[in-house]
Amino acid sequence: MSDGFESLLFPAEARPEPEEEPSCFRDLNFDVVVAAVAGRRKGYRLEPLFSLPLRTVDEVEYRHEVFRDLERHELRTALEAFCEQELRVRRYLELARSQEYRLEKQHILLEAATRYTEAIAALAAALEAAEPASRGLRGLRAFLAEYTGSPAFERLAGDARSVLEQLDQVRYTVRIKGNRVSVGRYDGERDYTQEVEETFARFRREPAADHLALPPDSGAMDLVEAEIARRVAKLFPRQFAALDAFWRQQRDVVHPTVARVEREAQFYLAWLEQVDDLRARGLACCLPEVCADSHEIEAEGAYDLALALQRQRDAAPIVPNDVALHDPERILVVSGPNQGGKTTFARMVGQLHQLARIGAPVPARRARLVLADEIFTHFERQEDVASLRGKLDDELLRLKAILEQATSDSLVILNEIFSATSLADAVVLGREVLGTLVEIGCLGVCVTFVDELASLGEATVSMVAEVDPADPSLRTFRIVRQPADGRAFAAALAEKYGLSYRRLRERLAR
Amino acid sequence: MMVRLLYRDRELDLEQPLRPNAEALVQDLGLDALLSAMAGGDPLLRQLARHALLTGPAEPAAIRYRQGVLADFLARPDLVRRLYELASDGVEAKKTTRFFWFRDTPDTQRQKALAMLELLVGLLEQLRSLADAHHGDVASEGLRAFFASLRRELDDAYLRVLHERLRELQFRDGVLLSARVGPSGRGCDYVLRRPRGSGLLGRLTPDLPRGLSFSVSPRDEYALRALAELRDRGLAHVANALAQATDHVLAFFRTLQQEAGFYLACVNLAERLTERGVPLVLPDVAEPDEWALHARDLRDASLALHSGSAVVGSDLDADGRRLLVVTGANEGGKSTFLRSLGTAQLMLEAGIFVTAEAFRASVSSGVYTHFKREEDAALRSGKLDEELRRMSEIAGVIRPRALLLCNESFASTNEAEGSEIARQVVQALVEDGVRVAYVTHMYELARRVQALPATLFLRAERLPDGVRTFRVVPGAPQPTSHGLDSYRRIFGREPAAEPAGAPER
Repeated sequence: MSDGFESLLFPAEARPEPEEEPSCFRDLNFDVVVAAVAGRRKGYRLEPLFSLPLRTVDEVEYRHEVFRDLERHELRTALEAFCEQELRVRRYLELARSQEYRLEKQHILLEAATRYTEAIAALAAALEAAEPASRGLRGLRAFLAEYTGSPAFERLAGDARSVLEQLDQVRYTVRIKGNRVSVGRYDGERDYTQEVEETFARFRREPAADHLALPPDSGAMDLVEAEIARRVAKLFPRQFAALDAFWRQQRDVVHPTVARVEREAQFYLAWLEQVDDLRARGLACCLPEVCADSHEIEAEGAYDLALALQRQRDAAPIVPNDVALHDPERILVVSGPNQGGKTTFARMVGQLHQLARIGAPVPARRARLVLADEIFTHFERQEDVASLRGKLDDELLRLKAILEQATSDSLVILNEIFSATSLADAVVLGREVLGTLVEIGCLGVCVTFVDELASLGEATVSMVAEVDPADPSLRTFRIVRQPADGRAFAAALAEKYGLSYRRLRERLAR
Repeated sequence: MMVRLLYRDRELDLEQPLRPNAEALVQDLGLDALLSAMAGGDPLLRQLARHALLTGPAEPAAIRYRQGVLADFLARPDLVRRLYELASDGVEAKKTTRFFWFRDTPDTQRQKALAMLELLVGLLEQLRSLADAHHGDVASEGLRAFFASLRRELDDAYLRVLHERLRELQFRDGVLLSARVGPSGRGCDYVLRRPRGSGLLGRLTPDLPRGLSFSVSPRDEYALRALAELRDRGLAHVANALAQATDHVLAFFRTLQQEAGFYLACVNLAERLTERGVPLVLPDVAEPDEWALHARDLRDASLALHSGSAVVGSDLDADGRRLLVVTGANEGGKSTFLRSLGTAQLMLEAGIFVTAEAFRASVSSGVYTHFKREEDAALRSGKLDEELRRMSEIAGVIRPRALLLCNESFASTNEAEGSEIARQVVQALVEDGVRVAYVTHMYELARRVQALPATLFLRAERLPDGVRTFRVVPGAPQPTSHGLDSYRRIFGREPAAEPAGAPER
């Protein structure tokens, strides 16, 4: 129709969406991320969009542009309101088909048409007023301008409005005594509930619990309502004749492009909602700078998004970490105490890059990432064969497959490799694998208990899970650039509890 | 309609959080005996007494407000008992029916609410009569205002309206609803209406056109259910209003029960203590910055409940003092003195009388205890570690003008180390404006804090012949441990040598 606008998600035609999740999702706990974000918009099946990687920086940029536009409150609210209305319109149209009473069908169709035309007009006006900068929203704006100007659309909107205005003036009464029902015109009778409330007002105290027990609504007109409705129509003949006329001109309501935009917008809105939630908890999110022709990465204040989502309910704080690789560095080797946050750190690097590949915001204060052509993960598998021999064999087989497929644009994440073998063997094998990765030239993260792997050459960077200097039994969950070692710390007891004269004065002065 | 017998500007709120260290206070000050005497076997009274003693301290003016009401009730114990009974009858009303609204249909809500309100209105009338009979007898601002509001809000005209509403709400002549054409053409915005041309609900307007009425067949269950639902939809809001009104009237009675209950608990306690010949006084409340603390014949209330007039009281003049250091004989009454100080302060701040001939003190920003805990000895974390952790928790919440009671704190390590940790803690707290009362047998600690300004040294009294009086009197610390006395008394002989590490003289 207009300038070939196709999609809010792709600069050109939308690509087919994969049916299966990539295998790295489980290792990275990325399936948690998918479930959380896509789960915010059940019914739109957003999950496949998380598995469909973008191929060029331009495609990533197309989505980032839309995200940046939607950071503007007026644009985001406009799109949200539009989607909510469209969802209702679709439900109404389904309902209108399935209802039993004709009066009810007529009303529902009227309502669907009213909401639809209002929603389209409101979004078109909002986009005109807000001057979006993204290619996606500008394309949508052009499409809507043309569509709302078409005669078919204008007639639909005008007719619906007029009928609705007439019906809106109808006021009637129903009297119920025993099983006898009488319908009449409303004649200014006083609100009796208010009288009762006034009588008891002097006892009122806050907060007042609400006991309102409206009967569950079947959502459909029942027999008694239908009997009443027929009599109301008789009491107000002019208004109901207009409704009947509107219904007789059956027509298609929703334009196919509008239907597609409604779903695609959910990808952005779900993410923005997620980002809001995270920020409300003090967790940063940003749109990363994404490069295709560099191997340098740099992220500040990044964290494991899956962990943050799982911890939503308890109060345990999420510890952010910095991560960076500058030429000629390629591989992060992470060592340090158990339960110190090493695996979390490795997952975090993988998640950052998977998110970059789908043009989504990333869990970091600031990030510069590479557009990986593939992400390979190798995590220990609990359910694997029991014998050490079998386990090591299996590990080596899986590693071989990764080393054969990885290119210099790939990201490889190895978690606790060779834990099933002797230290001496692990040193040799680990050197071998990391050496191959260095030759390929890809980016990598290697979590290991083998200190020797941390200093293989200029391509590897040693990072260590830190402990609290005052109490070495406490992990800080910070992963810092530092040679691998295992020192212990001690501090004076009173100082530890903040009860020395100097510390206590400071504490009391707060 | 508000009760406000405890606060001039609000009602008692049992949800109000307790002092952060409430558990420690009960344990360290031994408040159980006190609470039992206040309860007199009524668990609610125990809860109320506990809540009053352990919620945050009040303003001096608010404390005097309570003291006024308490004075009225101490003079008329029957009045507080009658108020408490009436209020309790109201609260019990909910037991006459299955009292919860959840899952009730609007019509069931309406019927239940009407049943309960009938009963409660009767009790309100009795309450009015009580106010009529006694409003001239009371002197306190709190009680005078309460009785005045009962006589004003529950006047005869209003009581008549109440009865009329309760009759109308039976809906003997059916219900009239108004509506609009809503989504899907179904009726919406149902509002219950009073029919035109009548003060009463229910006369059918005769001039409806034919064909605009219909009857649902009594055999059509589906239609009957639909009709009942429609009627319920129309009644939902008035049923909600009635359920809320019931809640509110019940809440009024519950609040009255709780507030009268607090004073009843005080009256109970006064009766128990007076039986035992213990002096009681409504204390003189001073502003925090006065640093007032003055007592004549101060007893420990809990101990007095056990031992009656046999308990010895102490006099204390600590006005302007910020640090009280109590040293002296073991088993000489130091801990009892410390407990009596803390208990009196809590009672004063709750607006209750104090067990003394006279008592005057500034309100605090909180009462804290750091007592030696025998039962924690087994903890893996080590005793000193545990003591430090507890003190650190206190330091995290304590504010200037608080009262901190230390009983042999940091005695779990050697004296040199313990007294140095204690000196640093005490000095920092006192300089920050906390008042500290520290019971210690560590002469070294007493020596180290001697230089701090506004310090008062007290000693468990021991007569020249070695006999303890269990009184605490002013006196400088002495570098001998009276533990030797205990040794002599128990073993009946001299210790072989001075204990190792005895402090220099």
